[in-house]
Amino acid sequence: MKSVLGDRRAIAILLGPALVVYTLVMLVPVVWSFGYTFVSGNPLEGFRFAGLSNFSRLVDDPDVHAALLFTLKYAVIMTIGQVVIGYTLALFYVFVLRRSSTLVRTLVFFPVVVPTVAVALLYQKIFQSAPRDGIVNELLVNVGLDRVDWLGSGTTAFIVIVVMDIWRSVGFYGVLIYAGLIDIPDDIIESARIDGARGWSLFRRIVLPLSLPILLSSIIFSINGTIKVFDSVLALTNGGPGSSNTPLTLYMYRTAFAYSDYGYGATIALLLTIMCFIVTLFIFRSARRDITT
Amino acid sequence: MTTATFRDRRIVVAAIASTVALGLAACGGDDGSEASVDAPDKLTYLVNAENGNIPPVLEDMAQGVCAEQNEVLPLEISSIPQAELDAQIQLLVGQDALPVMFAAGGTPEEGAKLWEAGKLVDFEKELEELGVLDLIEPGAISTIKNLYGGAFNFLPFQYNVEGIFYNKAYFADNGLDEPQTWDDLMAAAETFAAQGITPFAASGEQGWPITRLLSGYIYRSLGPDALQKVADGEAKLTDPEYVEAAAQIASLGENGYLGENVASLDYDSAQNEFLTGNAAMFYMGTWALTAINDPEQNQIGVDNVGFMPFPAVEGGAGSIDQYPSNVGLPSTFGSGTFTSEVGDWTKCITENFGEMSLRDQNTISGFKVVNDVPGLPPLTQEVQEIIATTSDTVLWMEALFNAKAGQDSSHNAALLVTGEMSPEDFMSMLQTDLDAG
Repeated sequence: MKSVLGDRRAIAILLGPALVVYTLVMLVPVVWSFGYTFVSGNPLEGFRFAGLSNFSRLVDDPDVHAALLFTLKYAVIMTIGQVVIGYTLALFYVFVLRRSSTLVRTLVFFPVVVPTVAVALLYQKIFQSAPRDGIVNELLVNVGLDRVDWLGSGTTAFIVIVVMDIWRSVGFYGVLIYAGLIDIPDDIIESARIDGARGWSLFRRIVLPLSLPILLSSIIFSINGTIKVFDSVLALTNGGPGSSNTPLTLYMYRTAFAYSDYGYGATIALLLTIMCFIVTLFIFRSARRDITT
Repeated sequence: MTTATFRDRRIVVAAIASTVALGLAACGGDDGSEASVDAPDKLTYLVNAENGNIPPVLEDMAQGVCAEQNEVLPLEISSIPQAELDAQIQLLVGQDALPVMFAAGGTPEEGAKLWEAGKLVDFEKELEELGVLDLIEPGAISTIKNLYGGAFNFLPFQYNVEGIFYNKAYFADNGLDEPQTWDDLMAAAETFAAQGITPFAASGEQGWPITRLLSGYIYRSLGPDALQKVADGEAKLTDPEYVEAAAQIASLGENGYLGENVASLDYDSAQNEFLTGNAAMFYMGTWALTAINDPEQNQIGVDNVGFMPFPAVEGGAGSIDQYPSNVGLPSTFGSGTFTSEVGDWTKCITENFGEMSLRDQNTISGFKVVNDVPGLPPLTQEVQEIIATTSDTVLWMEALFNAKAGQDSSHNAALLVTGEMSPEDFMSMLQTDLDAG
């Protein structure tokens, strides 16, 4: 084996095909897309070299500012929501339900496998206000409160998006963190208990430090997923009302395909790529430190 | 160099070459760059999902008068939401995979681009050759030429005027006549609102039913060329008189004249609000006659619906008899698939669509009706009369906008009437889009 792996030609034969396929399906489109940032136009009208005008437009475009703000706000709130609620669920599975948690885990995980569009339609009905009230407005009216046009205002529509996406994804984070928590050896927990650790102090001094690696993985998953949010927003509000809940991804899609401006769309995509890259770098750098010490 | 080394190198080269070949084969496909006409085996038709008028008539044709053509080229209809149509067509053009027949998107400018790129059929030439050009209303051809790059490159499956449908009984009960001025209209709206009747049913979810009110006010107050001036750069939407128009429409929402949940109301629900008597008025194009003349949908009575033009604005430069007119979302045929078989279908459609659409759907198209259609509902006859006698028409808000301004206009209209966006901000956003080109 050593002689095979020591042979450069053997390595080339083994890696070459995969590398070529990766280059064709990943690197070529990435470079191609980067090339688009210097042109304007579309396949129908043809492309013209535009220099750096797409980049200067990106800096000045108020729609990009709004979309960027929405994306960051959504990513931060969703990451906190997904990880905190997921962690709470995992603690609940491990320390309260223990071995009988299978059914609850399955039920909570169920929305993860439901298609996003189906979930969005469900939430549209739940939060509906016209032509008839949905269940949420019915409840509000029944307890004497005013009905709310949930999807008719930017602020309330944002709340619905967050609630829906947390409901849709928290089962995954619950299971992910659960897998990390059950890896904490029982004898460590047991010895901590013998030493008098209970409740909060057990959690604070034993469980939390030992589950930090999985927590960090969850944060990486969450940020990278939420920063690229697209389908749930598109299906629930189409970025609206107006453009109040339009993430960068949706603005990029519309710019390229609805407004036929491939070059500027690719420039927005580049901004999104850089954002993901920075977040990933930042998290990986902090992950290098030994966080359990 | 040993034989073994040489063989190894050949293996490496062969492996890489075959992988590249495989990859290229997978990613390649038909480049579609040929200028020749591809013979289709089906009459594929991509239409906006909201369109309930055209597909049923075409399906009836496929089973009846055009059965022979359908035998050769079976009709296959697929639909997507209107808001996605422009984007979908863009994508398909990029892949040279346009359907044989497809509806225009919401932005005429995009249709004009398709024409300039040589992707559309020149119907003036083709229908002349097929001997059916005289079966198209000249007014419809002129509207299409005005909108879609100066050529007759779309077929007028609809020919509509727009105005306000109203509940006659509600007006009579309150001793109200058809409002002639904007102030009369507001007074009527106030009367209805005081009685708990929603004055106007409008879909904020769609947005364009609200911007239609805005363009109506602009045309009446500033004259029929008001939006052309904006398109030509002679005026800006941020000019005070245009912002004033937006403020007037915003006041409809502020006064509660559009109902509580206008932002969430979709098209069908808004229409339903009117047809079930919850709303007194409904601004819409005459394509709504299909639903209005359907006793199952129209619970307020087919004879209880009147139609009036958008009222005049006192002291304004526009006139009440200048109806907004359009050809709906007209459909066209791709030049790359226009074979003689597709031509046969086109001829059959041109000869029969006008009559069948009027008889079965109560909608008026730009195809001439060769034979008399007996038993038309009075409102449809009235609209036919209006179309026949109207000489001065205007367009709609987004007709001369680019794609981004068009989308922003309809996406944000709901925010204008809910007060989340000021009239100044709304018009400024649109002007910025227009300035960006």
